[in-house]
Amino acid sequence: MHIYLLKKLITLPLILLGVSLLVFVALRALPGDPARLMAGPEAPQEAVDAMRVRLGLDDPLPLQYLRFAGSALGGDLGTSIRSGRPVTVEIAERLPKTISLALVAYGIAISVGLSAGMTAAVNRNRWPDQATMLFAIAGASIANFWLALLAMNYFAVELGWLPLMGSGTWRHYIMPAITLAVMPTAVIARMTRASMIEVVGQDYIRTARAKGLPESVVMRKHALRNALVPIVTIIGLNFGSMLGGAVVTESVFNWPGLGRLLVDSVRFRDYPTVQGVTLVAVTAVVVMNFLAEMLIAAINPRIRFD
Amino acid sequence: MTEITATMAPMDSKARRRRRWLSRRRSIFIGGLLVGLVLLAAILAPLLSPADPYEQVLSDALLPPSWDHPFGTDDNGRDLLARVLYGARLSLLEVVVGVGLAVLVGVPLGLAAGTIGGLVDQVIMWTMDVLFAFPGVVLAILIVSILGPGLFNLLIAIAIFSVPVYARLMRNVALGLKSMDYVEAARALGASTPRIMFDHILRNALGPVIVQSTLTAGTVVLSAASLSFLGMGAQPPMPEWGAMMSDGRNYLGVNIYMSLFPGLAIMLTVLGFNILGDGLRDLLDPRS
Repeated sequence: MHIYLLKKLITLPLILLGVSLLVFVALRALPGDPARLMAGPEAPQEAVDAMRVRLGLDDPLPLQYLRFAGSALGGDLGTSIRSGRPVTVEIAERLPKTISLALVAYGIAISVGLSAGMTAAVNRNRWPDQATMLFAIAGASIANFWLALLAMNYFAVELGWLPLMGSGTWRHYIMPAITLAVMPTAVIARMTRASMIEVVGQDYIRTARAKGLPESVVMRKHALRNALVPIVTIIGLNFGSMLGGAVVTESVFNWPGLGRLLVDSVRFRDYPTVQGVTLVAVTAVVVMNFLAEMLIAAINPRIRFD
Repeated sequence: MTEITATMAPMDSKARRRRRWLSRRRSIFIGGLLVGLVLLAAILAPLLSPADPYEQVLSDALLPPSWDHPFGTDDNGRDLLARVLYGARLSLLEVVVGVGLAVLVGVPLGLAAGTIGGLVDQVIMWTMDVLFAFPGVVLAILIVSILGPGLFNLLIAIAIFSVPVYARLMRNVALGLKSMDYVEAARALGASTPRIMFDHILRNALGPVIVQSTLTAGTVVLSAASLSFLGMGAQPPMPEWGAMMSDGRNYLGVNIYMSLFPGLAIMLTVLGFNILGDGLRDLLDPRS
């Protein structure tokens, strides 16, 4: 366990180092002069030169990287070209919006996915199973912005039941959260089914049944508890694709979160913000994956010996 | 009670095996059919289209479905059926270029990592882990923000985030085969490392790579459509499905068909690749 933990703990900063290098190089690979970009197209040459000195773009690249990584660690991600405010402030303002949307979506995905997967496993090869599997395959094949557009068209524009865009009330959450939840719900339902079916075939389930426990107790106490390991894994590892989905969903629904900030920043060529949001998002994914792996190792000792 | 007998009786294993074989064939058949339909639509687009996909007839803008325009028309009076059909060509092009580039880069990297090992392995796999840490959409946006929007740049971005999948797969295959008797025998007979790589390992990796390509194809279509929808991929007037929906977004409540039909086309295509990929994977790996 300790060696496994140690290995993982060494990999974590190595991955983050690579991620920050990639993000740094990406910004430096931009065509044109970054100082000119930051100063604006109409700025006089002196202003551009001053900007270059201020940004430290005269220094050798490794030094620039160290400075970038150092200030990023200290919580300084530069200044947004679009708003002129620190990128960290921009991100801090949007982050709660994305987190709250993701939490609601995860809540839906976990409760619906778990119960659908359980129902499917218990009724294996009967219609509830087939219906769940159909939903799981279809759910993983649908473009979430398509669902969003259809929902907006019917529930907001035509029926007027729900607000079309924006955020504020709990009713603003309904369409974006469901849209965002479809993909993870499908994944969780599929994983739950597979995991439950495998567990139900184990000897201890037969023992539990043989000693006369009611089927519902066997399922909930003996089967589900053991089936949870791969389900927790998939939820943890799904965090990245959830964030990816949030980028699209937030843009469709004009949801003022990180994803929309990223898309808007690309549109405005606000490179420091693109860099900052990317760095924060990927760090969150890496840390989440790490936590998921730790949790699995804690629950299931067999994995530690890989 | 029925569950108990089902799990205990080895007698019905023959029937179960047959049922599993049938369902496997069924997913290959259904998935293949869907993918075949898309392929057919792409090939026959000029024959099946009621009009030119780029021709604007502004007097016919935003029409609902009718005999003349089975899917209706868009805001520029272009026939939506024609655009969806020609869109199939773009989507298959996306699959070929996106998956092709990822395979061309990922497979050699994984092969090198698995067969050479040591520092080469560590550096390659570290790079792959770094790329893999990015959510696909986020990495694609970062790359497109540098290269500039456009379908080809987008496909490069999508290929880059798919590379680690193939590198990891290929490395695992190589590691598994390296210690096989016949590979060690070849080595003992004096076969060079490149010869072992290509003659013995690469050839056996064909199956897994094909399965993975089919599964990735769905992701490529979805990602390309998503990013085109956000304005970072295919640009107007290209009849790309995601880009068409980005257009349709401005006409909610006026003409939903501009969004409905391209989205349906995306779903059928991705569904086809996913079902086919699932079936092929089960066929190749009977354990699951």
